[in-house]
Parts: sequence; structure tokens; C-alpha cells
Amino acid sequence: MNGMVNSMGVGGHFTYVITVFLMVAGLFIVIAPGNLIKKLIGLGIFQTSVYLLYIAPGKLVGGTAPILSDAYTVYSNPLPHVLILTAIVVGVATLALGLALVVRIREAYGCIEEDDILALDAAAQDSTPTKQ
Amino acid sequence: MSFLQHLPALQVVVPLMAAPLALLLRRSNYAFLVVLTATWAALAISTGLWVQVADSGPLSYAIGNWPAPWGIEYRVDPLNAFMLVFVSGVAAVVLPYSYSSIQAEVAPQQHYLFYTMFALCLTGLLGICITGDAFNIFVFLEISALSTYVLIAMGRDRRALMASYQYLIMGTIGATFIVVGIGLLYLMTGTLNLADMGKRMAEVQGSRPVLAALAFLTVGISLKLALFPLHQWLPNAYAFAPSAVSAFLAATATKVAVYVLLRFYFSVFGQSQVFGRLPMEEMMLILALAGMFAASVMAIYQTNLKRLFAYSSVGQIGYIILGLSFGSVNGLTSTVVHLVNHGVTKGAIFMLLGGVALRMGGTTLARVQGMGKVMPWTSFGILICGLSLIGLPGTAGFISKWYLLLAALERDQWWLVFLIVLSSLLAVLYVWRFVEVAYFKEPRQDIVAVSEAPLGLLLPSAVLVVATVYFGLDTSLTVGSAARAAEFLMGGLR
Repeated sequence: MNGMVNSMGVGGHFTYVITVFLMVAGLFIVIAPGNLIKKLIGLGIFQTSVYLLYIAPGKLVGGTAPILSDAYTVYSNPLPHVLILTAIVVGVATLALGLALVVRIREAYGCIEEDDILALDAAAQDSTPTKQ
Repeated sequence: MSFLQHLPALQVVVPLMAAPLALLLRRSNYAFLVVLTATWAALAISTGLWVQVADSGPLSYAIGNWPAPWGIEYRVDPLNAFMLVFVSGVAAVVLPYSYSSIQAEVAPQQHYLFYTMFALCLTGLLGICITGDAFNIFVFLEISALSTYVLIAMGRDRRALMASYQYLIMGTIGATFIVVGIGLLYLMTGTLNLADMGKRMAEVQGSRPVLAALAFLTVGISLKLALFPLHQWLPNAYAFAPSAVSAFLAATATKVAVYVLLRFYFSVFGQSQVFGRLPMEEMMLILALAGMFAASVMAIYQTNLKRLFAYSSVGQIGYIILGLSFGSVNGLTSTVVHLVNHGVTKGAIFMLLGGVALRMGGTTLARVQGMGKVMPWTSFGILICGLSLIGLPGTAGFISKWYLLLAALERDQWWLVFLIVLSSLLAVLYVWRFVEVAYFKEPRQDIVAVSEAPLGLLLPSAVLVVATVYFGLDTSLTVGSAARAAEFLMGGLR
């Protein structure tokens, strides 16, 4: 992260450019493909971009961990790291639950393409209208 | 006294502890008793907090004794005290119902998991309401959301899996938008405490990141509360989840999301900011009206009662947001009252539909023909709740619409009054679809032998049906609390 902040390019907004790119790319991957696993990958990228959004501004170039000492005058903010640790845990749980659901969808439908599943549902509805 | 001081923490900790306990016990009856105890304890605690707040004003509780702007603060004020009582009250009614309801709808070896997830979901919803910390809201939001996805996936139909997956995708996008918004606010204000953030907002108001935060929060929360164009996850989730889950979600989940919206709009952004610098008022008004009409029309064309009432929920969310968009005391009163009134009404409907699904083998309109003859009490209950959705005087729905109309009249917007009444006519149409098949058609040959729903399902549903009528006759509890909450919100955080 330190390197990114240092590099020039689009001035100090470099990390934001990456963040927004990842965010939009992730969101696009959630929406565009019909494959349920690919959607989850996109969701993961989307969530990860937010980790960057929090952590990058917390880092000051040349700053240390917030340990009170005369030798240091510039400190980085540790709070974003703590918050994002929590967010990572949430992200892992979401991904795990999503994948578990996809496994069960595969068992129930025999495929993981959204269009095929919707077609199967529509077909089931037509043939057995009284199915619960 | 020292015990009473810790009520805000216990409100969340009690159901949170019940979840792993239920998981470890594994026997479904023990798990049920543990979660039932915790849920009723949560109701007692929230009632205690509500009384305390009514007596002596807002409470502040520092988690782990870390003082407010740095540590996580639990803050109970007139608005969220009311929400806490409402959420834990609905849970206290739905849980006994679920004991009978899931026997037929969830595999027996999964019952203890159902109770575990129910306790976690309740924890999350109560946590969202009580916390005064922005990031904490996100954490509790995800606790309730993740447990909700599991609960929906427990539905017997395989379409429940797809409904749960779609809700997971939409819900996670919504939650991530909310974190982005909270992150931007944190970057600008340097604090996560909502009260502190609200105070510091004046220094940074109008800066672009704050406006971006407002946009991200609005879209994220709107996904969670199923505001009209962002509602696609809701009908399937409600239709294919186990009945007890549909009832609990329909009554509480979207309502708690509305609370989060109120909290950010009024306690953090303050009114000048939100309703001044961006055309939020107009946007919310348009989306609310679009929801009221489009979702109600879609409800009319449904062939499954669960989906019909799910679309009706999206329409009713429109009324809630319409009240919010007025930004006046009467408008907010109608929002908060309708949160509760609609929550109680919809909770009752979905609980009764659980009995219908059990006895008649489904909730499609073709299946429930002649229901009024074979299940008179259940049909009557749904009819009363349907009248409340329309807003007939004597039911809870009338009270909320009355305040909504008052708020519209205050601004001399007669066209809005006209639209509110017109959209109620759409509710007449979709409720009529139920009445027509239930009362004016003969039962199908194969289901004439069907009897009334078992008492285990009927009694808890009856509690909410009676509440629907009671809140329409005696409004001192609901409107009184809502008016206090609205005045509190309009007065800013102090």
C-alpha cells in the first residue's frame, strides 16, 4: 500500500482509482454472467475494493504504528485495519454461505447456470401447477 | 440498580448467547426452550428499556466501559426503544408459532439449527436498533442477513435455495454500499459514533465525499428495505421460505432497514443536509409513489397468495417512505406508526398463510378455493388483515394512512391525497382476489375434508390479528410512541 501511495500517476488519487475500478469491475461481474460461482467471485472483488477504500487513507507515508514515543511524530490510523478485519470475516462468511448454497442448488437442479435454473423452474410450474 | 444499568448490553447478549447454546444442545425441544426463554427475556428487557427512556430520557451505555466517541456506544432513545419492543414482541409471538409450523416444513434434524438461526437473526435486528456506532450497524446487519439467508434456504421447495442465493447477492451488495457510505463518512468526520458524527457533520457538509456517502447509504439501505425498483429479492424470499420465517421477515427485517434509513437521515445528516443540498425529498417521493402503484398492480396479477402479499409489502413500503419524504412531524409519525402497524398486519397474514399451506397443500389461488368454508377462522383473520392493508377505519392500517393524509394536507398537496386514496383502491383489488376465491368459490373436491389450522398455529396468529384491530381502535401506545419518536427525530439528536 505504501508503494501505491508513493507512486505518482494520477497524483494522490491513485488508490482511489484502483478502488473504484475494482468496485465497478466486481459489480459488473456480479451482474453480467449467469454462472452462480462467477457471480460470487464478482461479489468477492466488489467487497475487497471496500477494504482498500478504508485502509489506504489510514496509511500516512512515513507514519508508524501509534506507539507514544519521542522518536516518532507521524502515526498511521490503526482503526481502519480493525474495522476491515471485521469486514473480511463478514466477507469470508458470506462467500462460504454463498458457495454452500450453490452446492445445494447444484444438488437440487443439476446445474449452476441462472438461465437454466429459471427455465427448469418455469417448466416445473407448467407441468405440475399444484406442486407446493 | 446495577443490573438495570446493563439492560442495553443484555438486550443483545441474551439472544446472542442463546444461539450457540441451542446449537450445542442439538435436541430440538431443548433448543426451542432456550431460544424461547431468550426471546421472551429480550421482550422483557426491551419493555424495561422503553419504560426507562419514557421516564428519564435517552440512555447511553458504553460497551466495555470505553467512553462514547471512542468505544462502541449503545444508545436508547424514544425511536429505537419503540423499535426494540416491536422487534422483540414480534419474535416472541412468531417463535411459539414456529414450533408447530416447522414440524411440517423443515427436516427434523434441522430444527435445532432453525432455532439457532432465529436467535442470531433476532440478535442482529436488535443490535441494529440499539447500537449508536455506524460500523456496528453494518456488523449486526450482516449477522441478521446471513442468518436470514440460511433460514430462507430451509424452505422445502428447491426454489427456496435460489431465492436465498438471490437475496444473498442483493443483500451483500446493499450491505457493501452501506459500508462504503459509512467509510466515506468516517474519512470525513473521523468518528464512527452516530451522535458524534451528527455533530461534526456541519463542518464538512456539502463536501463531495459526504454527498457520495449519502448516495451510497441511500441505495444500500433501499436495497435492504426493498424500496420499489430494488425489491426483486423480496417476493421469492417471502414466498419460498418456511412460513414462520416469512412471517418474521415480513414483520421485522425491512422495517429495521427503514429504521437505519431514519437514523442516518435525521440523526447523522440532519435535515438541512439531506433535504436541502440534494433533491432527496423529491426522489424519495417519486420512488415511494412508484412503489405504491407498481407493486400493488403486480400484486393484483399474482396467482400465489404468498407472492401476492409479498408484492403488497413492497407497495406498503412505499407509504412508509412517502411519510419519510415529507420531513415533517406528521409524516414521520405516519412512517413510524406504519412500520409497526404494517409489520403486525403482514406478520399475521404470513402466519395464517402458513396454516393454509399446511392444510390445503399450498397457497396458490387455485388451491385455496372455498377456504372460507373449510378454514373459517384463518380466512376471517386474513380478511381482517386485508382490510388493514386497505386502510379501513377500525384497523391499524387506517391509523397510519390517516397520519399520512394529515401530512399531505399540511402541505396542501391535494393531488397526493388523491394518489394515496387511489393506491388504496388497488389494495382493495388484490385483497378482493383473496376474498373472491376464499368466499365465493366452492372448495375443490379433494380438499373438502380439510379442517381448521392447528391451535399451535392459530393462537399465535390470533395475537397479531387482535393487535391489528386493537392498534386501529386504541392508538395511545402506537401513535403516542411514534409521535414522540418523530418529534425526537425532528429535533435532531439532542
